[in-house]
Amino acid sequence: MNKDLPRWATAFVMPVLNLLSALLVTALVIHLLGESPTESLAILVNSAVVNPEGLSYTLFYASTFIFTGLAVSIAMQAGLFNIGAEGQMYFAGLGLTLAMLAFDSSLSPWLLIPTGMLGAALFGALWAFVPGYLQAKRGSHVVVTTIMFNYIAASLMNTVIVKLVPPGEQNPASRAFSAAAEMPRLNEWFPVLGETPLNISFFIAILALVIYGVVVSRSAWGYKLRATGLNKHAAHYAGIRISKMIIIVMLISGALAGLGSVNSIMGSTHYLSLNFVGGAGFIGIAIALMGRQHPVGIFLSAVLFGALTQGGFDLSLEKQNIPPETVILIQGLIILFCGAMENLYAPVIAKALKFKK
Amino acid sequence: MQPAVEFRGISKHFGAVKANTDVSFAIAKGSIHGLVGENGAGKSTLMSILYGYYRADGGEILLDGQARRIHNSQEAIALGIGMVHQHFMLVENMTVLDNVMLGSEGGFKLNKNRARVEQELRDICVRYRLDVDPLATIHDLSVGAQQRVEILKQIYRSANILILDEPTAVLTAQETASLFEILRLFKEQGKTIILITHKLQEILDITDTVTVMRGGRVIGAVPTAGTTKEDLANMMVGRPIENNLPRAPYNPGTPVMHVENLQLLDDQGVKLLADIGFTLRAGEIVAVAGVSGNGQSELMEILSGMRLPTSGKLDFLGKPLPFGDRTDADGLPRTFRELGIGHVPEDRLRDGVVKAFSVMHNTIFGYQDKLKNKWGLLDFKAIAGRCAELMRNFDVRPNNHDLRIGLLSGGNQQKVVIAREVLAQPKLMLVGQPTRGVDIGTIESIHTQLLKLRDEGVAILLVSVELEEVRALADRILVMCGGRITGELKIEEFDTTRIGLLMGGMHKS
Amino acid sequence: MTLDDLHIGSILVSTVRNAPVLIFAGMAGLFAERSGVIDIGLEGKILASAFVSAAVAYTTQNPWNGVMAGILVSVLLATLQAYVAITQKGNQLVAGIAINIAMSGLTFVVAQYIFQQGGRTPDLGSARLFDVVLPGSAAVEHIPFIGWLYAHLIGGHSVLVYLAFLLVPLVHWVIYHSRFGLRLRACGENPHAADAAGVNVERQRYMAMIIAGVLCSFSGAYLSIVQSGFFLRDMSAGAGYLALTAMVFGNWRPLYTFLGCLMFGFFGAVQIQIEGVELPVIGRVPGALIQMVPYVLTVIVLAGLMAKSVAPKALGTPFVKSR
Repeated sequence: MNKDLPRWATAFVMPVLNLLSALLVTALVIHLLGESPTESLAILVNSAVVNPEGLSYTLFYASTFIFTGLAVSIAMQAGLFNIGAEGQMYFAGLGLTLAMLAFDSSLSPWLLIPTGMLGAALFGALWAFVPGYLQAKRGSHVVVTTIMFNYIAASLMNTVIVKLVPPGEQNPASRAFSAAAEMPRLNEWFPVLGETPLNISFFIAILALVIYGVVVSRSAWGYKLRATGLNKHAAHYAGIRISKMIIIVMLISGALAGLGSVNSIMGSTHYLSLNFVGGAGFIGIAIALMGRQHPVGIFLSAVLFGALTQGGFDLSLEKQNIPPETVILIQGLIILFCGAMENLYAPVIAKALKFKK
Repeated sequence: MQPAVEFRGISKHFGAVKANTDVSFAIAKGSIHGLVGENGAGKSTLMSILYGYYRADGGEILLDGQARRIHNSQEAIALGIGMVHQHFMLVENMTVLDNVMLGSEGGFKLNKNRARVEQELRDICVRYRLDVDPLATIHDLSVGAQQRVEILKQIYRSANILILDEPTAVLTAQETASLFEILRLFKEQGKTIILITHKLQEILDITDTVTVMRGGRVIGAVPTAGTTKEDLANMMVGRPIENNLPRAPYNPGTPVMHVENLQLLDDQGVKLLADIGFTLRAGEIVAVAGVSGNGQSELMEILSGMRLPTSGKLDFLGKPLPFGDRTDADGLPRTFRELGIGHVPEDRLRDGVVKAFSVMHNTIFGYQDKLKNKWGLLDFKAIAGRCAELMRNFDVRPNNHDLRIGLLSGGNQQKVVIAREVLAQPKLMLVGQPTRGVDIGTIESIHTQLLKLRDEGVAILLVSVELEEVRALADRILVMCGGRITGELKIEEFDTTRIGLLMGGMHKS
Repeated sequence: MTLDDLHIGSILVSTVRNAPVLIFAGMAGLFAERSGVIDIGLEGKILASAFVSAAVAYTTQNPWNGVMAGILVSVLLATLQAYVAITQKGNQLVAGIAINIAMSGLTFVVAQYIFQQGGRTPDLGSARLFDVVLPGSAAVEHIPFIGWLYAHLIGGHSVLVYLAFLLVPLVHWVIYHSRFGLRLRACGENPHAADAAGVNVERQRYMAMIIAGVLCSFSGAYLSIVQSGFFLRDMSAGAGYLALTAMVFGNWRPLYTFLGCLMFGFFGAVQIQIEGVELPVIGRVPGALIQMVPYVLTVIVLAGLMAKSVAPKALGTPFVKSR
């Protein structure tokens, strides 16, 4: 249906309408909770955007979300629904940690940080390999296998993290990494940002967005990727090796999800802890759907969710009835309206356009 | 006695296409009536009207002398009309019994009626020698047996008029003979059968009367006993077919493609292609004629690398085609393209283009790796230049290469596909139904382009169900039926009767 | 600690008590998926009904009211899912995930709002469902093994446990021996054939989703009313996905799905008991590794390396009439 609508309608108007629908439902829920939606919005915007420290946190969260959003987006371009970004990011944390534990006293930060990133990307890709391979060679649905791998990752990491706890410590976490393993924070250059963890991962994330944009829209491989997602039969006609494409996309997707852990760990906590992913993989799904797999859309959606996370936290402090979990509800609504019901407004728009003619 | 079915002046159009025009004929009760025609003759449309899928725009249908309006298939079934489609409507992992009971279970508890229905089915099977075990699961049955299940379903629902749509397309010779036995039994029981087919031998073997359609009209409605296969062939395809397009004298060069003993079996062991052999030379157009579904599509898929053959010798420019030890054809079309085989697919929307991509992006489809720079990025400047030249030479409209190709007309889409393949300067062009869904004005320009290619020395294999197209383009004609080449003729030998016979499965007799 | 009989016994009892959550959800998923609609949203429905059941049970001090309320909520969600999947012909996977995530947030928020206890409901205390004590349990109590078997393994569980176990043969019968089940299966395998036979595919799928909603609600009610006595954030802990796994493992058939649920329940029970136990040869096995086994097994099944798991053919494809 939306193939008949002009591009500006499907790329702009519908996503905005979908987002507004999600926000409207949220506003209704907030109202039912006895709070004012407009007041809540004001507090949220203030905390997440206006306040420089809040903005810093917003962008800090967004840095991770950009990576998970990219991970889900690139797989979606090939027609694959990678629900496993959560588990891939979690397992990647292990790769990063092993690299840190091995090298953080011997390498300089210039080498250490790329090593950590490599470890994260490698482990993330590894975790996505089996689902990708099974889909390509045996037709096993990538959705079910990645969900399974999320759980396997959780169990595995449970066991492993316990083994990494330094003797005498109670916290289920590895030892802290050396100072050399800390991602340089932006507050070193912009003191107005205060004591916030926003670090150069943010720029790395933007770089990743640019590379993604260029590769997907301008490279031969990106062309083949999109063809595979849009029309598998034709892709075969065009000589594209579908099974190879599926496996490679999943590897890249896993690697991107893995890079999300760099921000969380090397940018903030400096140790590997239980469940550090905290739902970032699932937020990536919302971002990929809302941002329609476009680099600008992904960026804006990631910042939006970063703002929701940061603002939602402050909002919960001021308004007892609106806990941070409200953001999770919003996430679900966005996935619903931007993903499952994306064509809800198509007939309305079509009618409106016909009227104009 | 009133005829079982009578059509009076039935007309039906889809947009500008006149599928049926003033169709009138009668089918006697207790007879087997054949309905013959090429692709697009209008027979499927007519039967769909009878079965309630479509409503005629004009005319009426009389059943047993009474005019009836049939609004949907449920009404058709209630009136005693049953249809066995080409694609069976069966649930594969359920038993025959369950498939028959579906929709008419007779109550909430299935077991209450299962025994009764099973017995009824067994009785029907005995009476009509259907040889089907009601407790067998569908996917364990051969295609022929599955077809008998479909027939069983219709009988169980008390069908008196049974329509069979190209039933023997999926059957072996033996299964065809069994089917015909069953049909004869039906006839003896007073049932009426309408057999849609393009195979002339079947008409002669089993029908009592036959209606030949062409171009949406009835060309003849005659008793079978009084006709010959030549008459039928003539009625089916016979019309003055002229060739006016200029071409260089026929001067074929070196052999480009040599095929010997090509066989293709599907998962069930059904022969989709049997003993296919031919040679294609540079600078000639060889047309494969025949009603669709006789193996032509599979042949194209194999020659383009989209599908693996079961066995056979296929040489391109003297060397065997690189099927190798592969277990699947993943990525193979690229190799074939690089060897110099171009392919204009039969189904351009499914195989040939990406609807959401722009025209410009579609012009490199299949050739994307040839147009990248050393960084792996596509050279858009070169691509745009190429695209502009292509759109100009082939007159693609509208002249906007950023438009989504899905928005172009069928004819313009086809021009893009053809232009794209031509631009790669292949040595062999595989062309499937190049003017399907294309407006008249564009058809001639496409034909001219293909002839130009031929004059330049490219070998072209053309698959087409349109005899006009075959006549206009071919130097030689291969006719296929039932997965085999039934005959070969030079263009000077073009004779509609002869071709009709070959298309109808009558071998080089 | 070493192995001893009592441990095995309590593992078995735990298995019986762990299984119903999965059985209800598994049977729910079966109805949806056999009709052709992917139900990834079991998790969300379980959570929603777990919360609502606990909340209403506490407020009215009547567990059955809770169960009823849970059914209502679950059916509402299932209808929404059905609308998206069947009428809007949207992406069923996305719809399910959306519901799961939305409910994870919403249940916490509403619980927090109403009860102010950190997103949980207060303890139900005595307002929980009754246990079924088999007649003569006290009398045979002292007989070794048989007494235990009768009074504690077969008897002495909550009424919902028995409902869950009895549900399985009932579901089996409905799916394979009723008219509804026949039409359901046809819609999931070849909706065009069903349509040609006069079945209203969309309506059949809606009904399947609603039934799934009803059955799934019992899973949530069991969690909050029977197992814990309160609602806690994200208490479904993946049960919805586990039930789906059991279904895939069970090749979409009721009896095998049930076995899958039992297996998961078993591993769950073992995982708790085995912590710290010295097994012969292997030594100590971390509970987390045991927890992993069912998921790994499912991946192996999905890879086609063990028995073939074949989904209903039309699963996930919205039905569009071809004429």
